[in-house]
Amino acid sequence: MTTQAHHGAGPGTEGIGGAVSGEAPDTTRPETSYDAHFEVWRGDVDGGGLEDFTVEVNEGEVVLDIIHRLQATQAPDLAVRWNCKAGKCGSCSAEINGRPRLLCMTRMSVFDRDEIVTVTPLRAFPVVRDLVTDVGFNYEKARQVPAFVPPPDLGPGEYRMQQEDVGRSQEFRKCIECFLCQDTCHVVRDHEENKAAFAGPRFLMRVAELDMHPLDAAEEAGHDRKTAAQDDHGLGYCNITKCCTEVCPENIKITDNALIPLKERAADRKYDPLVWLGNKIRRRTT
Amino acid sequence: MATGTEPQQSTGPRPPAGPRPTGVHTSTRAAIAEPHLRKDRWWLAPAATALGLLAFVVYSSWRAFANTDYYHAPYVSPFYSPCLADNCATMKGGPNWGLFGEWWGLSPALLILIFPLGFRLTCYYYRKAYYRGFWASPPACAVAEPHKKYTGETRFPLILQNIHRYFFYAAMLVAVILTWDTVLGFRNEEYEWGHMGVGTLVFLANIVLIWAYTLSCHSCRHIVGGRLRHFSKHPVRYRLWGWVGKLNERHMLLAWASLLSVALADFYVYLLATGTITDPRLF
Repeated sequence: MTTQAHHGAGPGTEGIGGAVSGEAPDTTRPETSYDAHFEVWRGDVDGGGLEDFTVEVNEGEVVLDIIHRLQATQAPDLAVRWNCKAGKCGSCSAEINGRPRLLCMTRMSVFDRDEIVTVTPLRAFPVVRDLVTDVGFNYEKARQVPAFVPPPDLGPGEYRMQQEDVGRSQEFRKCIECFLCQDTCHVVRDHEENKAAFAGPRFLMRVAELDMHPLDAAEEAGHDRKTAAQDDHGLGYCNITKCCTEVCPENIKITDNALIPLKERAADRKYDPLVWLGNKIRRRTT
Repeated sequence: MATGTEPQQSTGPRPPAGPRPTGVHTSTRAAIAEPHLRKDRWWLAPAATALGLLAFVVYSSWRAFANTDYYHAPYVSPFYSPCLADNCATMKGGPNWGLFGEWWGLSPALLILIFPLGFRLTCYYYRKAYYRGFWASPPACAVAEPHKKYTGETRFPLILQNIHRYFFYAAMLVAVILTWDTVLGFRNEEYEWGHMGVGTLVFLANIVLIWAYTLSCHSCRHIVGGRLRHFSKHPVRYRLWGWVGKLNERHMLLAWASLLSVALADFYVYLLATGTITDPRLF
């Protein structure tokens, strides 16, 4: 791999609390502590590159701890977005060794001690600075999904639903909107031009969630979410290669439980003459 | 106002000028020359998948076009069942349905294999497998694909993937026939019932895996209950949906296991028919 920039190579290469080359090992240092070699992408929309750092790592730490240590000791202007540090806010999404992951949920213990750990911003979205990207695309797509339509005959507080009717979509509500699935989806990651037509796995999952909602009255109000998934949100672009599921930190089975069922529902509407005929002959409530 | 903390600009240039950069090299994205930065053996899974599928395609093509050595009483190769042409071997009590009459001169396997082939070709798991393994779309997660344009399953021919459910119906019929073939395996070479050989066990294992794979299909899951919005109004279908869902979690495993078992069942018949081995009789 080519390291494109080394403008932090001053103090960073000496390490913190570690043995400098040629000196005796630091015998006061616990065995669980070591110096790791990091490459962190630094720059903005005008350009940037990977910058080398040697930084102390202690037992139990995650990559976000190391990024914070870099900020505290070597790169005070390093930009990173983070919040809860518990894998629940979805803020610290980045790519570690080329894989979309949460910085706060990636333990340093998964790496070999002599392994170079590369941290870059999400590569599907415009970069703002360093590890921070502009994820506005996702909010635009969120706005394009029509909201839950309340049933006309029920008021607030009168909703009653059976657990088996809501169990399926409860899985989708675990989503923390880290947008790792959006980042890894090759439909937009590798084809910028598809961003206009494709909502991405997170928002197709939202469409599926609403279409499975037992009280959503969109269809009665004239909005067919199944057809819209295909026509308005680009479901047909998904070729179900499951990267969204692989990177989901909440372990939501996005492809199997949301996207494929949604594809089947869209097929009911658009590609299955028997279902179409059956629905015409006998208007069924499902 | 300068704060002294502005990021220093890179010495690393953007990718060289040429066609307008797209994908991860789009001008607004982080300037990283490499199409991906994965350091693990990401290529192993798609390569193994492609090799496995290729091996099956080669083997099944050879056997399907061979038009020989597919029957040895009481076993018929799953590649040739049901046999829909008159040029089939006579299989007593077996699946001889000469619907296509005498005019069909090619291998009868070609008539029937279109259905299980279509079922697997449009299967949601196999789609993932060959999109990744053969078409590199994408080769692996966060590994840039080589194609300049991508329209997914929005256009012909890939929009035809949406007929998967019809192949599922056909695959169910084929599975019923293969089940009958397995029952016929409880005979001996003289067609007397109440016997069993090692081949019977091979066929039993195969049919169990074929059914498990067929019933674990995503379309099956949708048809039995997934399309419902109110499970509470359909308790039987809800239960069926739950069972199929449990199988569906192992759809990939069952896809490979049944692919292997169907090839092994055919190969076992081939070995018997060519006289390479004799079927050890259990009783």
